Amino acid sequence: MIDYAKILSPTVTSIKPSGIRRFFDITETMQDVISLGVGEPDFPTPWEIRKAGILSLESGKTRYTSNRGLESLRREICTYQKRKYGLSYRPEDEVLVTVGGSEAIDACIRAITCAGDEIIIPQPSYVCYEPMVTLSGGVPVIIETKAENDFKVTPEELLAAISPRTKALIMPYPCNPTGAIMEREDLEALAAILRERDILVLSDEIYAELTFGGKDHVSIASIEGMQERTVVINGFSKAFSMTGWRLGYACGPAPILAQVTKIHQYAIMCAPTTAQHAAVEALRNGDEAVAAMREEYDMRRRLIVAGFNRIGLTCREPKGAFYAFPCIRSTGLSDEEFCERLLYAERVAVVPGSAFGRGGDGFVRASYCYSTEHISEAIRRIERFLKTL
Amino acid sequence: MNTKLLKLLNRDSRTPVADLAVMLGITEEEVRAEIREMEREGLIRGYKAVIDWDRLDSAYVSAIIELKVTPKAGLGFEDVAAKVMKYPEVESVYLMSGVYDLNVVVKGKTFQEVAKFVAKELSTIESVTSTATHFVLRRYKEMDVELLGTGKDERGSYLL
Repeated sequence: MIDYAKILSPTVTSIKPSGIRRFFDITETMQDVISLGVGEPDFPTPWEIRKAGILSLESGKTRYTSNRGLESLRREICTYQKRKYGLSYRPEDEVLVTVGGSEAIDACIRAITCAGDEIIIPQPSYVCYEPMVTLSGGVPVIIETKAENDFKVTPEELLAAISPRTKALIMPYPCNPTGAIMEREDLEALAAILRERDILVLSDEIYAELTFGGKDHVSIASIEGMQERTVVINGFSKAFSMTGWRLGYACGPAPILAQVTKIHQYAIMCAPTTAQHAAVEALRNGDEAVAAMREEYDMRRRLIVAGFNRIGLTCREPKGAFYAFPCIRSTGLSDEEFCERLLYAERVAVVPGSAFGRGGDGFVRASYCYSTEHISEAIRRIERFLKTL
Repeated sequence: MNTKLLKLLNRDSRTPVADLAVMLGITEEEVRAEIREMEREGLIRGYKAVIDWDRLDSAYVSAIIELKVTPKAGLGFEDVAAKVMKYPEVESVYLMSGVYDLNVVVKGKTFQEVAKFVAKELSTIESVTSTATHFVLRRYKEMDVELLGTGKDERGSYLL
C-alpha cells in the first residue's frame, strides 16, 4: 500500500488546519444556529454589476483575457486608486488582476521569499498570511498587536520585529478580525522606519471601502517615499459584495509585478472573464451602491458594539471592516471555551479570537454582516448565556 | 425630518427606540421626539403588520382595477379619487401615468364579491368611462417582504 506520508510535503502537512473546523462540525449537527461567524457580506452583488456579468456572457465573452487582466479593467482600477487613495499606477505594468485578493497575496509572497527569509505579520489578522509564508519557505515573524493600542502596529513593535533577514511587512488594515485601521499619522511613523530599509510592504486593503466614523482609509503607499516599496492588494469581494466572483488585484512597482505576473500566468492563466467584465461596471458606477451598504454596516456596527458593552463584554469601537471584537476575559473563560459553551447553550456562533493568531485569545470575533433583527437576537441570547456563568 | 429614521421604521416599525437611537447615533429622547413630530405632521400615517394572507384558508382576494376617468374641469381627478377611496373595499388608489388614470386595489372575500363591487359601484361613478379588472392570483412579495423562500442563510455558520 502506498505510504502517503512519504508522498506528501512535510511543509504542507505541518500546517495547522483552520481554528474553526471543530465549531463548524458542531453546528452541522444543530438546528436554528444564529450565526455571527461569517466574514462575508449578506448583500447580493448590486444588480447593475450582476447585469454587466450577464451581458458579457450573452455577448459571448467567454474566453481567457490577457494574463494581467482586461485592459479596460486595469484602467478602471488605476482611475479608482487615483480618485480614492491618491495613488498613480500605470495600467500596462503596475496592475495585475487576480483570483481574489488571496491569490495576489500568495503570488506576492512567493515572488519575494527565499528559504529562511522573514516576513513580518501583525496579528490578530486574517488567517492566510502565516501559512502562505510557510509554504513559500519563509519564516513568519509575528507582531502581537495590543488592544490598548487599538490593535495598530506601533513603530517600536515594528523595529523589534525587523532583522537583517526581513523581506517584507504585511499590513492587514482595515483589519479582520479586530476592525482596527491605521490612520495617516500611524502610517507616517512606520514609513519613517521602512523608508531607510529594503523591506517591501504588502498592504492588504480589501476592506478599504469599509471605514466608519468619517475616517477614510489611507493607503500606506500614499505616504511619501512608500509607493516604490509597497504592493497594494485590493479586490471586489467586500466592498462590492462580490465574494463568489473571485476577483482581486495587486498594484505595485513594475519590477515586482512583472515577477508576480509570471507566477499568476503559470498557475492561473487569468482571472475569471465574467467577473472582470462585472468589475468594470462596479468601478465605473458602483459608488452609490457601496455607500448604501456602508451606511447599513455602520448602523449595524453601532448596534452590535452598544449591545456587547451593555451586556458587559467590553467592545472597542471597530473603525473598519465588518467585525466587532469584544473582550470576553470578564467571563473567566478562554475564548475557545466561551465559543463552544455559547454554541451549545444558546446556539450562537462567534469565532474565537485565537483563531486569528497571537493576541487574539480573550477575544471573540462577531461579524455584523447580518440584519439588525438577527444581531439583536444574537445579543439577547449571549446576554442570557452570560447570566448562567 | 430624519430620512434614516423613516427608512428604519419602514423596514421594521417595532424596532426598539433604544436600538434606533444607537443605530442613528442620537439619544432615545431625540428618537421619540422625531417620531412624535413626524406622526403629528402626518408624515407617518400608521404602523401595520405584513401578513401572508395566502397561508389562511379563508384568505381574501384582491384585484387591481384600472379606471379610465374623464377629469372634471377645475377638479381634475381629485373628485373621483375622493369618491373611490371612501369605499372600505378599496385598499389603495393611485393616479397613474400611461393608458389609464386611476389604479385601484380592491379586496373582498371572493372573486364574485369583488366583481360585483366593480360592476355596481366603481363603474357607475359618473366620469368613470371604463374599468379593467385584474385579479391577484398569488402574492410573492408584500411591502418589501419576500413571502416565498426559506430565509436560510446560504453562507453557513463560520467563515474566516
